[in-house]
Amino acid sequence: MTANAGGPRTVSKSETDDFRSETEQEDAPLGTPRVADPVIESRDLDVYYGDEQALHGIHMEIPERKVTALIGPSGCGKSTFLRSINRMNDLIEIARVDGELSFHGKNVYDDDVDPVALRRKIGMVFQKPNPFPKSIYDNVAYGLRVQGKADDVDEQVHTALERAALLDEVEDQLDSSGLDLSGGQQQRLCIARAIAPDPEVILMDEPASALDPVATSKIEDLVEELAEEYTVVIVTHNMQQAARISDKTAVFLTGGHLVEFDDTNKIFENPESDRVEDYITGKFG
Amino acid sequence: MSQAEETAEITTGGARGIDDRKNAAIRYVFFSCALVTVLTTLGIILVLIQGSVEFFQQVSILEYLTGTEWSPVIRPRSYGVLPLVWGTLIITVGSALIAIPIGTATAIYLSEYADPQVRKIVKPTLEILAGIPTIVYGFFALSFITPIIQYFVPDTGTFNAAAGAIVVGIMIIPMVSSLSEDAMSAVPDDLRNAAYGLGATKFEVSTRVVVPASLSGVIASYILALSRAIGETMAVTLAAGMSPQITTDPFEPIQTMTAYMVQIGISDVSVGSIGYQSLFAVGLTLFAMTLSMNLISLWIKSRYREEYQ
Amino acid sequence: MSTSNPFAEGTDDIERKRMIGRVFVAICFASTLVGIVALVALIADVLYESWGWVTWEFLTYPPSQVIENFLPGGRGAGIYPALVGSIFLIALTAVFTVFLGVGAAVYLEEYASENWLTSFIEANIANLAGVPSIVYGLLGLAIFVRGMQLGSSLVAGALTLTLLILPIVIVSTQEALRAVPDSQRQAAYGVGATQWQVIRDVVLPRALPGIMTGTILSLSRAIGETAPILMVGAATSLFVAPDGLTSSFSAMPMMIFEWATLPEPEFQHVAAAGIVVLLTILLLMNAVAILIRNRYDPRS
Repeated sequence: MTANAGGPRTVSKSETDDFRSETEQEDAPLGTPRVADPVIESRDLDVYYGDEQALHGIHMEIPERKVTALIGPSGCGKSTFLRSINRMNDLIEIARVDGELSFHGKNVYDDDVDPVALRRKIGMVFQKPNPFPKSIYDNVAYGLRVQGKADDVDEQVHTALERAALLDEVEDQLDSSGLDLSGGQQQRLCIARAIAPDPEVILMDEPASALDPVATSKIEDLVEELAEEYTVVIVTHNMQQAARISDKTAVFLTGGHLVEFDDTNKIFENPESDRVEDYITGKFG
Repeated sequence: MSQAEETAEITTGGARGIDDRKNAAIRYVFFSCALVTVLTTLGIILVLIQGSVEFFQQVSILEYLTGTEWSPVIRPRSYGVLPLVWGTLIITVGSALIAIPIGTATAIYLSEYADPQVRKIVKPTLEILAGIPTIVYGFFALSFITPIIQYFVPDTGTFNAAAGAIVVGIMIIPMVSSLSEDAMSAVPDDLRNAAYGLGATKFEVSTRVVVPASLSGVIASYILALSRAIGETMAVTLAAGMSPQITTDPFEPIQTMTAYMVQIGISDVSVGSIGYQSLFAVGLTLFAMTLSMNLISLWIKSRYREEYQ
Repeated sequence: MSTSNPFAEGTDDIERKRMIGRVFVAICFASTLVGIVALVALIADVLYESWGWVTWEFLTYPPSQVIENFLPGGRGAGIYPALVGSIFLIALTAVFTVFLGVGAAVYLEEYASENWLTSFIEANIANLAGVPSIVYGLLGLAIFVRGMQLGSSLVAGALTLTLLILPIVIVSTQEALRAVPDSQRQAAYGVGATQWQVIRDVVLPRALPGIMTGTILSLSRAIGETAPILMVGAATSLFVAPDGLTSSFSAMPMMIFEWATLPEPEFQHVAAAGIVVLLTILLLMNAVAILIRNRYDPRS
């Protein structure tokens, strides 16, 4: 069986349950997509940018307090999937989502879900460090302020900086601009900013791709530590990085298909799909 | 934390509802600001039409559009707008004769020949011309241009069409040169190189490749400049005078549509009188002329925009 | 030239073309000079005519119909009410313009979706920018002076000028908002900021220098406008500065127009002196705008 999610689904809701479950089976990736007590659950998720379909029927379950890596060649839809989890795709006018993506069992695309409230539970770190042109302190405090968590801001800022492994380096210069830090420090500042309001999930979109190897390894250590308290979903184009830091790995291949999802060891040592094996061993992509 | 609680935190059922209302209210405030621009256009059109309707209840449209005498305030009254339109045309055509060749040649020089350093200084310097208040141009015409004209053509009076056309021409040079230079600079170097590769000289590349390739932008700049000349007010009022007449002699005084409006504006014509109403009829005529030129300019620009991208 | 030169054939033609080319460059260069020479002549003319007439008394006294009062040893006469009137007028215009212009630009850039209404509003703004200023004067006369019964007041003049420069302010503000990198907006959305919080905390602070530069440049256009305030009914024979929103007002361009049309030739010098004051203020406003732009040149 291969993963073929083809074009947009033409199955209507009125058709029988049997038929539905059969098609879902066909859409499901190889590997072991089911986990116990998933925080985030994606069912048959399609994402379109205008007329172009960026994701085809994604099925995935993301476990709590683990690092889940999304890998694949560029343009495979891994970042699109990440951004559909906290509805950052809402900010792109032409983006459209079909199917279901639930957070603790609640479909985040239901009409009664407030994307702003959702993003307060699911924080995000971006590819390029993007600190605000404000002080280090104000950068970290920003999320707390907009979320109305204004008690003990000092303490929360310190805790967040400590968790982001940045406190020792910046303790004496909290009032200086976040833009004066090095690239790696800026990215850890952005991580501190994301975890300060204490979200449950942290999404990371290639957080180390703009950094040098030393800064990268600091970020990698940090990601593993963060998984003790948070659910981390990380997009990376660096397979070794995924192998080093993640518990689960999802492999997206061209055209927005999730081909295989399993424990990281299994993916890297013995993938079921030949195409995934080719990709992992560097035959393409 | 139970699943139900988790879900409640991301739904709008919680405290978020207040934020939503606030955000919607803010959005409406901003939308209202944008709406002001639409209301401005509507206001202009309604005001001009309402005043014109009152005017045309007393004056036949035919007389207005074909009459060759304009004297709505002083007896014997007559309401032919053609002398004003003629005045405006003289200024527009005259200023175009100055600004279009000079502006285009300037644009070619800046885009094709000038050192980038020179262009960086000369272009903003020329744009200063566009930022000088038009009243200053009026003064410049009276105190500098007209005396020079009088030196060569001694019969010229204090107010004359030529001085008006010259200062308006100077005023709109930067519109032609800047916008045309933008269009010429946007022509890709590939096209220039293709022509050089065929053995063309720089002169041929400039006139036969760059200018035709940027023609839509260049023509759009001409139309915009002409539209500005039509609506130009203070400089022509001071320079060209307040004598509505159809004459081909550029050294005679004339009156443009805008200068007539100034004349009524500074006199104490009472509200509701035919003089007051004529303001709106002339205003509507002026508005219709500039609007159609602006629309043509926008149309030309949008129609040919993607051609060389 | 040796006959074996393979490029020799047809060089006459190329030479001729080069000649034409040189003449052409000369013409283009001369044309460029025309604009610059005109600018220099204009400034020199104004300075020459005003030489000795811009005095402290000229800045601090009300105007007079008697030319002797403007001369040294005279009773003292000048541009004072119009100078203060212009400053009040522009300050008031600035308040209205910033509110409406920034509001409209924020709506168009940050809120509006790409639909017919948005394109209609944007096309409408582009067209408004090409409407002659005297037509705005008619609008102000009919709506603010007559319709809203504001009379020929400072506030009526300021509202008229606001509508006149609104299209320019909106377009320049839109450019400033567009220059704010999207990564900054995403960072704020990512920590759960609402759209209004993103605009207030991230977008507007970052775009502020650009917005200020554009607004000041637009206001410097407004301060030199004569036709609209003339239609609204700015006074030319006012001896005191305006003291309230609804008081009548005088403004520098109006005064200059008045002086330039007076028959006594000496008043040409008075008009020139007024122009020097007006251009000085314009220059100051532009300098401030450029200073802000250079000081806060946004980092990439």
